[in-house]
Order: sequence, then structure tokens, then C-alpha cells
Amino acid sequence: MSTRQQVLVLYLATSALDSETVGWSRYDGTARTSPTTGDGDEPPYKSGVHALEDGWRLFQAAQLIPPYPGHEYDVSFLKHEFFFEKLVEVDAGDGTARTESSR
Amino acid sequence: MADIPLLSSVEMAGFVAHGSLRLDAVVPPDMNEEGIEVLRNGVPGVPYGSSVQDAYPDGSFVRRLIELPAVAGALYSLVGPGPSVDHHAVHVRYPHEGQAQPLHGDAIIDVRTDAFDVQLMYYPQDVTPDMGGTLSVPGSHLRRTNESDTGRYQNLRGQSRLVCPAGTVVFLHHGLWHGGRRNDSDVERYMFKIRFNPTVRQRRLWDTSDLHDPRVAENLSAHFPWYEHATARLEIYNRVLLWRALTGDDSFDLEHWVTRVANRPQKEVA
Repeated sequence: MSTRQQVLVLYLATSALDSETVGWSRYDGTARTSPTTGDGDEPPYKSGVHALEDGWRLFQAAQLIPPYPGHEYDVSFLKHEFFFEKLVEVDAGDGTARTESSR
Repeated sequence: MADIPLLSSVEMAGFVAHGSLRLDAVVPPDMNEEGIEVLRNGVPGVPYGSSVQDAYPDGSFVRRLIELPAVAGALYSLVGPGPSVDHHAVHVRYPHEGQAQPLHGDAIIDVRTDAFDVQLMYYPQDVTPDMGGTLSVPGSHLRRTNESDTGRYQNLRGQSRLVCPAGTVVFLHHGLWHGGRRNDSDVERYMFKIRFNPTVRQRRLWDTSDLHDPRVAENLSAHFPWYEHATARLEIYNRVLLWRALTGDDSFDLEHWVTRVANRPQKEVA
């Protein structure tokens, strides 16, 4: 048995963890699923707090950085990015997921 | 230009907000059958900046495609007469591809605020949900991001996963985030893209007889579900600036936002 990481990224409507999800990405270190761009219409969780309630562990949130002078009206990347993980036990041989240690 | 159907102001305002314009099934079935064969055989490249006449000889498939009245009218309204062909490409998404394209904008970051290129995308066959139709993100075209730096974003609320009838043509603003989705079907999916550069100032090129229709402001005020609350206001602010550039009307505003932050009264107190 060994441990693999599943990663969930939620983009939220404000800098608050309990604001609503506007975008999302998933990466699966167990290789059992292959999430990719444009593969769904509904977010997995309504907010960051809903992800916590389902056992995801937050490990990074975007810093709040003031706009550079002269660029106050520029729009660019999504600002409110939150990274979550779940740690999953897998068989070393075939990568089959066994348990989710964060639940 | 009386013989081609120009876009209305309401439609142009929709393009300024969404960054795209979709024309369903505007190419007739016999041309679509021919189009699939043309795309299977490939379309040779042309030098950057070619005229339409030089790039696509009179009577050729591509020339007939862009001379269809609905296509020609939209193209004229968006970039005006005599646009240059920047480049073109046949895109094929193969059956059961494992990966989608990452979300991206084409070329390098392009920050023009008073001009834009359009990308014509033509779909010669019906595109079903599992065929990996083009993903695009409404309202993303004014964001200053470079090429595939947006590849981290897999899904955004309100994204468009194209499903369309054969013969559909979509025009995209050059900055719109998009990508070919994973094709989970048994069918090869074809798309032909041409990027056009304007050669005239893009000002009031469409049918402006409805310029003061209230639906213009409604369309320009569109909100998309993936916008963060605060940035959504900046998107509308930037749309006002683009609409001012396209119409030449520097008094146009929505919610008084541009007027308010530009206010520098010069009158002295007596």
C-alpha cells in the first residue's frame, strides 16, 4: 500500500472560503480517473466550505494582491483560487484506491 | 453593402459582451458534404496578410463559404470590408482522444482595446455532446492572459460546450478562451478556422439603425456565472470602453461607472 494525492482546485466568487464556486479543476494521483478541460457543467461543491465538509483538506488559498498602479481596471486570471487535497491509499502494484485517509 | 445581412446593434452588443457570435446551420447541406471532403484533404496554408481574393480563388470552397450572405454580413459587420487572412487551419478531434486541449487564447496576448481580430470557426457536420465540440468561455475575451496560461482551468460555470447542427459558423473575438474538448465518440470531428485581421477602423460597420434600442444596454450588461463578484464590474467597465470605441460615442455608459471615475471637474468655485 502507498499513499497518493487527489487535488481539487476551486475558484470562488470572492476571497471568502464560503463564497460560491465559479470554476473548478481536478487532478487524480491515483490515475483512476482522468479529469480534463470542459468535462462538466456543474461544480462538485457549491462553495469551499462544502468541500471541507466532504473531507477535502485546504492547503493553499490565493493571496490578496493590490492592483499595480495604472492597472486597476485590467481583468486577467481568476483571483480567488483555493487548493484542496485528499490522501488516498492505493495498492502499490495496480494503483487501485483502497481508502480515503481524510474521511 | 445592401445585399448582405449586416448585424444589428443589438447583435453587436451581444458580441461585445460574449466575445462570440453563433450562426446555426447557415451553410447548406450540399456544401457541408463537400466541406468534409475538403477538410479531410487539407487546406494548404497561405501567407500571413493575404487578401481573401489571393487566399481563396473565386469559386473555391472556402471562398463560397465566406461569401454566404449570413457569413459575409457578420464578417463585414465585425471587421469591415477587405480583411486580411491572418492564417487558417483544419482542426480534427479524433475518436476517443484521452485529453482535451487546455483552455487557451490564440496567438500571443493581444491587448488592443480599440480593434480586434475575429476567428471564423466552421463545423461541417452535426456536433453531438460526446464529440468534443469546442469549449469556449463567454465573456473571457477582455481578460489579459497569454495563450495557454489558462490551462489550469478545467471548468468554469456557464462555459459553452458546443453542440450544433451541421453548417454552423461561429465567430470569436481573438481574445476568447477556448479549446477543443475530448472526443469521446467514434466519429472524427472537423472544424475549419480562419483568423481575419481588419484593414479599416472598426467603427459603425454594422446596421446602426437600432443603436438606441434598450436591448443594446441590456446585452452589454450581461453577467456570466463564472465571474467573480468584483471583477464582473470591471468586465462591464471594459465593455463600455470597447462600445465607445466601436460607436465613437464617448458619452455612452452603463451604471454611470466610466463617467463617475473619469469625473475631473474644472469649474472653479467663485
